[in-house]
Amino acid sequence: MSSDAQDSRRGSSPGGFTFSLSDPTFRAAVYQILVIGAVVALGWYLISNTLENLARQAIATGFDFLEREASFGIGEHMIDYAPSDSYGRAFLVGVLNTLKVSIIGIVIATILGTLIGIARLSSNWLVAKLASVYVETIRNIPPLLQLFFWYAVVTETMPAVRQALNPLPGVYLSQRGMWIPVPSADPVWAYMGYALLAGIVLAFVIRRWAAARQARTGQPFPAGWASLGVILGLPLAVYIAGGAPTALDVPELAGFNFRGGQNVSPEFFAILMGLAVYTAAFIAEVVRSGIVAVNWGQTEAARALGLPSGPTLRLVVLPQALRVIVPPLTSQYLNLAKNTSLALAIGYPDLVSIANTTINQTGQSIEGVALIMGSFLTISLSISLFMNWYNKRIALVER
Amino acid sequence: MTDNVHSAAGAPDERPPSSSVGLLGWLRGNLFNTWYNALLTVLIIGGLMRVIPPLLDWLIFSAHGFGAQATECRVPDSGACWGFVGDKLRFIMFGTFPYDQQWRPLVTIAIFIALLLASCDRRFWKPWLALLWAAGLAAVSVLMWGGVFGLTYVENALWGGLPLTLILSVIGLAVAFPAAILLALGRRSDMPAIRVISVTYIELIRGVPLISLLFMASVMFPLFLPTGVTIDKLLRAQVAFIMFAAAYMAEAIRGGLQAIPKGQYEAGDALGLSYWQNMRKVVLPQALAIAIPPLVNTFISFFKDTSLVIIIGLYDLLGTAKAALTDPAWRGFYREAYLFIGLIYWAFCFFMSKYSQKLERDLNRSHRR
Repeated sequence: MSSDAQDSRRGSSPGGFTFSLSDPTFRAAVYQILVIGAVVALGWYLISNTLENLARQAIATGFDFLEREASFGIGEHMIDYAPSDSYGRAFLVGVLNTLKVSIIGIVIATILGTLIGIARLSSNWLVAKLASVYVETIRNIPPLLQLFFWYAVVTETMPAVRQALNPLPGVYLSQRGMWIPVPSADPVWAYMGYALLAGIVLAFVIRRWAAARQARTGQPFPAGWASLGVILGLPLAVYIAGGAPTALDVPELAGFNFRGGQNVSPEFFAILMGLAVYTAAFIAEVVRSGIVAVNWGQTEAARALGLPSGPTLRLVVLPQALRVIVPPLTSQYLNLAKNTSLALAIGYPDLVSIANTTINQTGQSIEGVALIMGSFLTISLSISLFMNWYNKRIALVER
Repeated sequence: MTDNVHSAAGAPDERPPSSSVGLLGWLRGNLFNTWYNALLTVLIIGGLMRVIPPLLDWLIFSAHGFGAQATECRVPDSGACWGFVGDKLRFIMFGTFPYDQQWRPLVTIAIFIALLLASCDRRFWKPWLALLWAAGLAAVSVLMWGGVFGLTYVENALWGGLPLTLILSVIGLAVAFPAAILLALGRRSDMPAIRVISVTYIELIRGVPLISLLFMASVMFPLFLPTGVTIDKLLRAQVAFIMFAAAYMAEAIRGGLQAIPKGQYEAGDALGLSYWQNMRKVVLPQALAIAIPPLVNTFISFFKDTSLVIIIGLYDLLGTAKAALTDPAWRGFYREAYLFIGLIYWAFCFFMSKYSQKLERDLNRSHRR
């Protein structure tokens, strides 16, 4: 037992390095070599089995299949796609569809979750109770079940295409989703997009200039209104300068389906609703805990300094609450992005379901799963990096 | 004021004004304290009046009972058709398990619930709890597979419904737990190789959706095994769940390990305990106690995630409900089906989340002391 006294996890034995198991440094090296050996052996065993099986079943390897013709149709695509395009392009369509659901879902879930989180703290008993019933119900039911429910709501309760509901002029609701009129194609829309980007950049510049001026002269500048004006005003000016096109592409019934307008498919609706509603329940809890974490004394101190309630919230409470909110919010965003893979179960063509079709057609399961995992790791990593950057920006600056 | 002080001994206590106590006071304080709250209250009550009566009507008053036939429910303006649940109850709960043997999955459900309840009681947090779990799981496998004690053998392709959900989640949890402890310790190890392996594993699994792991299990595991060896779909899904759960639970346990002051580790070292003795006797008992609330939360999300096995063709609770809906006689009663199983999932998850909150409060109380 006396040698146990030397059995410290850290530090080496007094006599320098020795090849004895009672030397912690040597023992650590032995452990690590054993573990690495075991991992390598397991990996080698799996890879050799896989290679043998692939050879026996005559399955091709490598990513050459991405160049080949996909020959399956995809219901929704943001870029041009036809069955004669390659698997690679089909996969790109899937990635874009995943990103579309993730981004719109994150925006809706954040807005909904923030409202519900604030509602849970309302002094109105009824509002607070309703919000907590929402949270306790939604987050305890599997998201997949909710997706199925939303999907069934559209496909089972809505009428057939020929009897489509027409709640607003030009808007049609049917089993196959919703059709809404959209402005007809016009080059002005693209220019307005550029103008919006330019407006955002300009607003950013104005804010920096206003902050610098206030620091120099003490003169405040209404940067909020100015940025809002620039962001909205520039596209509006371009719109008017471009002749203010008002032509609408209105959907109309043609044969068995609608033509024209923009279709919101039941699959897209179900995955978006399901994920936004589900994640909002978690975001509500994150927002609530963030607000609760800011000491009431902070608000009182701001009031004592003569700040009105708007700036109190904006300059004192919110910056401190955000510091608590952002890290758990990040993991909720990551969850939402990963949960878009549930789309497979209702047939929305996200990247998982397209990779699934690809695997079924080519038999190249390893490459298919690798593509899925690689894409999601990239998406997760991008969200983490962005949120970490944002977190660092808002973090407490200590001396 | 001064008057009050002088007469305090003699005069009876004055009652607060009737507008600040009782029902009226509560209403004023909680629903009508400002003009916008009053407006909100009126709007919400108006909205609820429009929603609740039709909902209750659908759920109860116009609904057809559990004995109803599908044809009775297909008349216009009828409410929920609970006959669907009545007719399909045993299929939804037990899947395709042989009909006359379905008491076995029922006892299985009871054993799982008893094990979970026993584990919730802190008086049972003793080493013998592990033995109880081992005995429970052994009983479950005997009941489900059979083939001994005169029970007929039932292959696991026939398992389904709630027992399958519980098996995937509870056995996944039980097997992943020791692996998660090792991963969490590995992530905090001083040995770079072990740390790198643990971090890579945890971050890789946490970065991808569970579906991609289930996919890997269903299409890639057969390729990993030597020629001639096959494992069935349930076992493959179970392995995927264990891999998934281990990574998430490892992070929960790491949180507990980080909350233990360094002095505890050093005290163990100073007593001459070896690394494993130190972990087993000093660090882990404290770290796990702190980690239990996040572990329960992990288990809740894990329990909900078992519904994803429907994608690789297993019939858990959600899978059997969806399969029941494909019966031509009962098509279209998705509201009843989803409401029913939603209620089962909700009951399990709600109980566990309330338990986790209570535990957190209890543990905080002991920390504050």
